Amino acid sequence: YFYIFRAIDEDRKTKYIAALKIQRWFRACRVRAYLRHLSKMATLIQKWWRGYLRRKNFREVVERAYFIRKLKFYNEMAVRIQKMWRGYYVRKYIHNFYALKKYLEAVSVNNELVRSELQEYAEMKENEEKMKDLEKKEKEKKYQARKMHYLLSTEQIPGIYNSPFRKSPDPMELLLRKSKPLTHRKQKTESSFADELYDWPTCKKPPAFVRALPLLPADRQKPQGPFRDPAEVLRQRYKPLEPTLRVRESMNSPPAKAREATGREEWRSPIHDNEFLPFSSYHKKAEKYEPSLCKSGKYGREAYGTKHFREVHPKKWIAERDFETLFSSIVLFEK
Amino acid sequence: NSGIVCLLRPLLLDVVPSIRQTAALALGRLADYDVELAEAIVKAGILPQLICSLPEENRYYKKAAAFALRGIAKHSLQLAQAVVQCGALEMLVICLEDFDPGVKEGASWALGYVARHNAELSQAVVDAGAVPLLVLCIQEPEIALKRIAASTLSDISKHSPELAQTVVDAGAIAHLAQMILNPDAKLKRQVLSALSQIAKHSVDLAELMVEAEIFPVVLTCLKDSDEYVKKNGATLIREIAKHTPELSQFIVNSGGVAAVIDCIGSCKGTVRLPGIMTLGYVAAHSENLSMAVIVSKGISPLCDCLIEEHEDHIKAAAAWALGQIGRHTAEHARHVAVANVLPTLLDIFVDTRSSEDLKMKASRFVTKKALKNILQRCTYLPALEPLLHEAPHNIMKHVIGQFSKVLPHDSKARRLFVTSGGLKKVQEIKAEPGSLLQEYINTINNCYPEEIVR
Repeated sequence: YFYIFRAIDEDRKTKYIAALKIQRWFRACRVRAYLRHLSKMATLIQKWWRGYLRRKNFREVVERAYFIRKLKFYNEMAVRIQKMWRGYYVRKYIHNFYALKKYLEAVSVNNELVRSELQEYAEMKENEEKMKDLEKKEKEKKYQARKMHYLLSTEQIPGIYNSPFRKSPDPMELLLRKSKPLTHRKQKTESSFADELYDWPTCKKPPAFVRALPLLPADRQKPQGPFRDPAEVLRQRYKPLEPTLRVRESMNSPPAKAREATGREEWRSPIHDNEFLPFSSYHKKAEKYEPSLCKSGKYGREAYGTKHFREVHPKKWIAERDFETLFSSIVLFEK
Repeated sequence: NSGIVCLLRPLLLDVVPSIRQTAALALGRLADYDVELAEAIVKAGILPQLICSLPEENRYYKKAAAFALRGIAKHSLQLAQAVVQCGALEMLVICLEDFDPGVKEGASWALGYVARHNAELSQAVVDAGAVPLLVLCIQEPEIALKRIAASTLSDISKHSPELAQTVVDAGAIAHLAQMILNPDAKLKRQVLSALSQIAKHSVDLAELMVEAEIFPVVLTCLKDSDEYVKKNGATLIREIAKHTPELSQFIVNSGGVAAVIDCIGSCKGTVRLPGIMTLGYVAAHSENLSMAVIVSKGISPLCDCLIEEHEDHIKAAAAWALGQIGRHTAEHARHVAVANVLPTLLDIFVDTRSSEDLKMKASRFVTKKALKNILQRCTYLPALEPLLHEAPHNIMKHVIGQFSKVLPHDSKARRLFVTSGGLKKVQEIKAEPGSLLQEYINTINNCYPEEIVR
């Protein structure tokens, strides 16, 4: 019996344990199913909630995206326009190729002009120089011709330049014929006029070039009369100025300045009002009235000019009466 | 020497005026001749006695005294300062008011020599009130007086802008501008130098010059027969051109560039230098202006200068001017390169490499810069070819760089490059890997198929 009871007991234990297992398993499944269910529900709720939120924001999101796409498009287009405009503007105004070309052509034309003008100017200057040289040479030649006037040919003897074998005389010969013979005069020293003027008061002798009075033309009528010695005349004419002390002192020196001060004082406050008292006879002469010659006749004033204006000469009349005028004369001029 | 000076001193105070005059004249001649004599005169303290009685003296004494002061002041700065310190400036200004032109000439010459040394001395001269009187002197009819007054004004205004402004305020520009037309050559020299010294300081002064309507007239000076008139005329134009692009534009519009170019072509030596610099300044301002210079045929005289001149600074100036012309765009560089000037520049650069002289270094530096500037824009390959064979390393870099820019695009050029032996030369060049030169060489090599490169 013990073994049966033990066997039954063990049976009962195993069955108990098995039942426990099954129940445990079943409960676990139930709990798991419940948890699964819970999480499914949670997912469902979250799904619906999220969809709802997104659907709420959907419009905004789409609008934003659309807006951004539009902006990008517009930016692209704007860039294209700006690109074209900038290219056009720069090519037309800033780096205008054709204007630059025209400008450079204008510059080169202007340069040519300037160069030609300068060339002309330089040529003109050269010509002037040449002319001056030529003139100088001419002058030299003429001077030489004048000096060598004695080489001119005469009736009897042909001169050097007029050889009988030549057809026509040498140009030198012609020059000689034209020129006046040169008399050797002492060279005049050229002193400038200003110097002479300044020198005159301080120099002690007459100007160096005047040895005698200047020669007068040979064919004039000689004036008659005894003449003074030329040396005396020169001495008198060129007598040096011997100014008084007062004049000689310069205007800027201290005593002159001091005198100026007292002079001013005196001018300002003179002691006498009439500095020069009159002489009696002088005044009498000065006060007499001298009438004008036109109005004064032999015996005082004439009536003509104030009393009547017409002159009458009865001796000249042909008939008994004067001229008869056609119109009546002006009343004022009647007597 | 000091014996003479001591003996002359009592003669200066003699009663007879002609003795005083002659003593002053003697002092003047002594001082004029030698520096030490002048110093001895200053040390002996004669100067105050020389000038104390100056206002009351007659004109010969004034002339002799002015001559003496000029002889002393011309030697050095200290002597000029000594002259100023004994109050000679007021006396000289009194002399400037005298009627006699000889006295005025002597006084203004002395003032000119004093003002020449230093800005402070010039300021002292201006403070003594000399400038309006000098402007009056310029209007006098005597030519010698005009010359000296113009040279004095030029000496005063050369030191600083304020002094130049003072001279301008006294109304000097109008008179100086009128005198440009005068036929006397020495007068024109002085007048042009005075105007250029005034114009060089600032834009406003240069614009004043232009408003005084000197422009077509100055160009006739550039054709004068006297060398220094041409030089000073070119200096004046240079000083005006260098300030702003508008002024350079104005000069180009009035045809000044053509005149300057002709002037360069007709002279030799240092006289060319201001003309060259004018072209450089005009071209430097903008590319249109440098194109205008090219169109006026400016490049050929510059090349001639480079080749013919022996003076170093003139060569440097010509190289600089060419660099300024060529550096703007490829067109400009092409015009410069066509004139076959790049080998000459290279020669100068290489040639002066061995010498150690400072001046040489300056010209070498300038030529290098000019060469670099031109090469960076040059796409005209036939001109670059000869450079490839001769150039030193740092120039080679630029040359090859240019080749590497042009060759990938132009097939005819590639063919030419191979046939002229350029590719072979390029292979011979050794360069460090990774350097710019190596990159350029690689670019060139990539243009050609492998067999040719081998």
